[in-house]
Amino acid sequence: MTSRESEAVHPTPVVLRMRGAGMRFGDRQLWSGLDLEVRAGEFVAILGPNGAGKTTLLKAILGQQELSEGSIEFLDQPVRRGHRKIGYIPQQRLMDAGTPLRTRDMISLGALGHRFGLRRASRAERRRIDDLVDEVGASAFATAPVASLSGGEQQRARVGQALAAQPALLLCDEPLISLDLKHQRGVTELIDQQRRSLGAAVVFVTHDVNPILDVVDRVLYIAGGRFTIGTPDEVLQAPVLSELYGTPVDVVRTLGRIVIVGSTQAAEAHGDGQHHTHPEHDPEGPVR
Amino acid sequence: MILLASSLTDVGQVLSHVLSFQNFGELVVLVRNSLIAGALLGIVGGLIGPFVITRNLPFAVHGISELSFAGASIALLIGVNVVTGSLIGSVLAALIIGMLGNRARERNSIIAVLMPFGLGLGILALALYQGRSANKFGLLTGQIVSVDNPQLGWLLAISLVVIVTLLVVWRPLTFASIDPDVAAAAGIPVRTLSIVFMLALGLSVAVSVQIVGALLVLSLLVTPAAAALRLTVNPVVVPLLSMLFAVVSVVGGILLALGGGLPISPYVTTISFAIWLVCRLVGGRREKRGSRTRGRLLPPTGSTRQVSAVSSAPTKTEVAP
Repeated sequence: MTSRESEAVHPTPVVLRMRGAGMRFGDRQLWSGLDLEVRAGEFVAILGPNGAGKTTLLKAILGQQELSEGSIEFLDQPVRRGHRKIGYIPQQRLMDAGTPLRTRDMISLGALGHRFGLRRASRAERRRIDDLVDEVGASAFATAPVASLSGGEQQRARVGQALAAQPALLLCDEPLISLDLKHQRGVTELIDQQRRSLGAAVVFVTHDVNPILDVVDRVLYIAGGRFTIGTPDEVLQAPVLSELYGTPVDVVRTLGRIVIVGSTQAAEAHGDGQHHTHPEHDPEGPVR
Repeated sequence: MILLASSLTDVGQVLSHVLSFQNFGELVVLVRNSLIAGALLGIVGGLIGPFVITRNLPFAVHGISELSFAGASIALLIGVNVVTGSLIGSVLAALIIGMLGNRARERNSIIAVLMPFGLGLGILALALYQGRSANKFGLLTGQIVSVDNPQLGWLLAISLVVIVTLLVVWRPLTFASIDPDVAAAAGIPVRTLSIVFMLALGLSVAVSVQIVGALLVLSLLVTPAAAALRLTVNPVVVPLLSMLFAVVSVVGGILLALGGGLPISPYVTTISFAIWLVCRLVGGRREKRGSRTRGRLLPPTGSTRQVSAVSSAPTKTEVAP
């Protein structure tokens, strides 16, 4: 967690700042009183069960959903509809066959897509895009049609596209969903490396903390209209989450993974798969 | 025997009627304006076509062209400029579809509601119209009547507006068409671009209706782009090929139709379809070869099962109590 240590000595700028942010739909309060500052280079995971308002929070940061109370600032400005300095990595959604783009074209849209007119990319820009294609490991399929990419390849291209804009903030909405373990690790490492080299803040929405456990600095856990913020070790504890959910919750650390189990019901279908875990796929193991 | 001989003569007569090159040189001079308009229309259709496909709007094109037909018929009836009429009809339709139909399903039902209404309105106006009947039929299926000078001026101006607009918004429109969510997050004005695009589409349809008729607009605004996309996904080559195919279809269609005095649309649609067919065959073969050389064919069922077992294993962390 070097970024937190260095932060104490040289405070890095705040990229994203929420003050008293709240979101409600009619009677339903998703969350309220949310104060959060995300600094450059910091990796914050937003966790919580389905329907807790994780995606709504992302939409609020993107200015697509207005807060019911409080404020959100990006780079010290109130958020508006999208921003050139935000790189957004959505869930994997395979491209339609016949999408007229190759992988490199898709990545370059991140850098040039906002540009009106037909001015060609400068030599420096083209070189930077080429470098990015290499960095995200897309060289082997750089000229392949995007529709022919596998899920993992496509997410690499999406990371490249988001990075091409040299973002101050990477917003990731479940980017690992439906990827296999190997690609989950690959894409996570990629995002981690790039936030370090670029100094970009990462806000990463996920329902599963395990693939990013090694890289995450802080966790915002939302459940049942409430939330808690802290390091993974502080938040992912049975007492903390029991308090948050308002019912007993157990946090089980097994085979290098964290499983959160509610007392009133057995683990969900996905959680049952623990016996399939191959620890050798995950040599670093858990954070502790 | 006599019967066979006479039917053969019939076929011969029909064929010579369909493909006739008598006085070809003189006729070409007469339709010079149509040729210019046709070539320009090919450029417009070829340029906008790839966007129509990536934005999933072929059905909208058909809907807009029926409203354009209504506008043109009403203009014919009340004796004003037909191009103006079809312009008003198609731009209105394009804006309605663009404003109300954000999602594909919603959009398709709006189009399905607008289309018969437009067609009915057009038929009513034509039924009331007392003038030359060739004018009526021409609006639906295209006309050979040579484009006159003021009309050519209109078509040129509208086409240029569309071409320049598309070139200016090319990159943001590409981003917004392929991935609206990601483009919006990057601050690209997705909604404004969508309206600008629908306006350009409305204008393109209005011009196309003049040449190929309301029923056959798709053959210029979609078929050439669909053909090009079978051959390549290179974002520069696709619009170039698509323009080439559209220009060949229109200009070729006008030239072939000259001798027979028939509408040009069957010629245009046939050429355009033939190009698509060839591209489809060539593209299918290329795709097979391409996936082999990439060495990343979809894994056989056995290995798919293996992959899914790994991915489903240790993912889920939490369960709400």
